[in-house]
Amino acid sequence: MSRVHVQARINGEETEFLCEPRQSLLEVLRDVLMLTGSKEGCNNGNCGACNVILDGRLVNSCLVLGVEAQGKDIQTIEGLATPDRLHPLQQQFLEHAALQCGICTPGFIVAAKALLDKNPHPTEPQVRHWLAGNLCRCTGYDKIVRAVLSAADAVRDGR
Amino acid sequence: MYDFDYASPRSVREAVSLLERRGDDARVLSGGTDLIVQLREGRRKAGLVVDIKEIPEVNDLSYGPRQGLRLGAAVPCYKIYGNETVQKLYPGLIDAVSLVGGIQIQGRATVGGNLCNASPAADTIPPLIVLGAACVIAGPQGTRTVPVEDFCIAPGRTVLQRGEFLLSLRIPPPLKNSGAFYLRFIPRNEMDIAVVGAGASVVLGKRRTVFVSARVALGAVAPTPLFVREAGDALAEKPVSDESIQQAAEIARAAARPISDMRGTADHRRHLVGVLTRRALEGAIRRAKES
Repeated sequence: MSRVHVQARINGEETEFLCEPRQSLLEVLRDVLMLTGSKEGCNNGNCGACNVILDGRLVNSCLVLGVEAQGKDIQTIEGLATPDRLHPLQQQFLEHAALQCGICTPGFIVAAKALLDKNPHPTEPQVRHWLAGNLCRCTGYDKIVRAVLSAADAVRDGR
Repeated sequence: MYDFDYASPRSVREAVSLLERRGDDARVLSGGTDLIVQLREGRRKAGLVVDIKEIPEVNDLSYGPRQGLRLGAAVPCYKIYGNETVQKLYPGLIDAVSLVGGIQIQGRATVGGNLCNASPAADTIPPLIVLGAACVIAGPQGTRTVPVEDFCIAPGRTVLQRGEFLLSLRIPPPLKNSGAFYLRFIPRNEMDIAVVGAGASVVLGKRRTVFVSARVALGAVAPTPLFVREAGDALAEKPVSDESIQQAAEIARAAARPISDMRGTADHRRHLVGVLTRRALEGAIRRAKES
């Protein structure tokens, strides 16, 4: 199958790639662009491990075709930290031990980033509702919710 | 996933011509939350995926007091529940679009796609039916209009013919003293497929003590979403009372033809139809009184 040329803005950088129409955005990120932070969990839209922010909206990248990325703006987990500093969400996930095996973590952090971009001061029920599309089989979710609430405080206090 | 070609037509005419040429070999893509999974799992096959999102008409979300709501087939859920006009005039539709999947799914999934996927349990179809929505279908002979209750003909199958695709939905402007409501039963708080879904709409008299008309539609209790016309008709000119509501709920219960599966038994579903129809009617009446 002939490959398609696609141009997209990924983590702020203009990026070009070739992909087959059947490749999902997740496959393109991981196998073509070597951005392996986004994880493949269920590959059918249930688990959220592949979450990215597409034109400002949280999506499952396993349910987007790579060719659909043409002209789009995409933020992945790789775009959160700067070379010398973790994103407050990453820092708070570490401090709250909000991960064990780590497979779901990039998806949770990207989902939480999309929440804080839209609502910088979410309540606990809002955090839980927003993260209902992300599955974690290790933590029982509580530490994740605490980490997100702390990160919201950290962003507010400029930490 | 098997190989397929991808096309992103920019006009209705171009899309129709591709769909007509490729017939069953072509599949229409809007939000992809059903189609991409089905292609990956081999439940549907496609040699060509036609992404309709570049066609202006399918992205339309506009309201006029005479024409009502025009909802393009590719408008995602989040845009619908984020729209102030829809929030104000069609809360019964908001009920459904805000509980389809999680935030990630709502960022992509569309009402048009939910309808074309033709699941018996689709959450947005009962509210569309009770709101009197119609499907505008584009095809080789131009456009035609089909009431939503006639659109699905079997699980996963619709009235769409070769060369046709769903362009938009039209929902009439809400009448005075009217209200609509949708709810479903799932065994958890979020993110599940309906065991039973029920939608209702009512139009009340001037003093809001009598039904002028009503509509009831059910999900997940038949091979297609089920419009129970006789349940709504039984309410016409009846007083707004627990007794008349209960009568309509009984009619809906009798009309349901559920199966037993992993989500519930037929008996459980029949029981739920009675409970949920009553609650949907009560919700619709509440909204009509607040309107």
